[in-house]
Amino acid sequence: MAKTSRTRILMPATARKGETIEITAIVQHDMETGFRRTENGELIARDIIRDFQVLFNGKEILRAEFHPAQSANPMMSFNVLAVQSGVFEFNWRGDNGYSATNQSTLTVTQ
Amino acid sequence: MNIRKRRLLVALASLLGLYGWPIARASRLDAQLAMNKIINARPVEDGGILLDIPPLIENGNSVPIQVEVLRPMSSSSYVRAIHLVAEENPLPNVLSVYLSPQLGRAKLATRIRLATTQRVWAIAETSDGTFMRTYANTTVTTAACFEG
Repeated sequence: MAKTSRTRILMPATARKGETIEITAIVQHDMETGFRRTENGELIARDIIRDFQVLFNGKEILRAEFHPAQSANPMMSFNVLAVQSGVFEFNWRGDNGYSATNQSTLTVTQ
Repeated sequence: MNIRKRRLLVALASLLGLYGWPIARASRLDAQLAMNKIINARPVEDGGILLDIPPLIENGNSVPIQVEVLRPMSSSSYVRAIHLVAEENPLPNVLSVYLSPQLGRAKLATRIRLATTQRVWAIAETSDGTFMRTYANTTVTTAACFEG
């Protein structure tokens, strides 16, 4: 079974047309770098989220490639220009079959 | 060999630069190669990016960083990608984000790991194929990547 974990999206539910909103997406993940060693000197295998994608009404608007330098519980904050109402979809994919998804709706008023 | 003895040996070996770090740690050359790969011999100008990172970092495991590219985001001209490169991290590539005009502003905030005191670069690519870059110096007191 694929691994998954909790995700959290912080964004306003409504916005005026033409307003720039801020969206913060957080996902629970240890982001094991692959550079750490156990007490016996053995390398701990890398286990990270590699890919983060944001879709608006089914169209990709942002994609990020994560590396081991991304902190544990990756957080990404970005802006979106409110033009029309719709659904944001957030997808995370990573090592060892990791996959998580979340959705959030924005209502745009005139 | 008991664990305490082993730890002592490892500590001594790392002091002499024989253990762990030299193998895993990237050099500035690696960072330069990573940046060259991103830029791919296209024109680069310095500046045009606001890179906000604390000058003094207590915990390298979670460093808040904010980047804003001072360019408009319209369908005809926009910032296509933002890359972060850390010169002294074991892997110099930190983050690559691909943007679209729908974002309205080329502004990102995230949290990264820094292995040691170093220079962090932000590189931006515009839709017309030109690049911008800037850097910030940071001092890290507790390193990431190898501890906790």
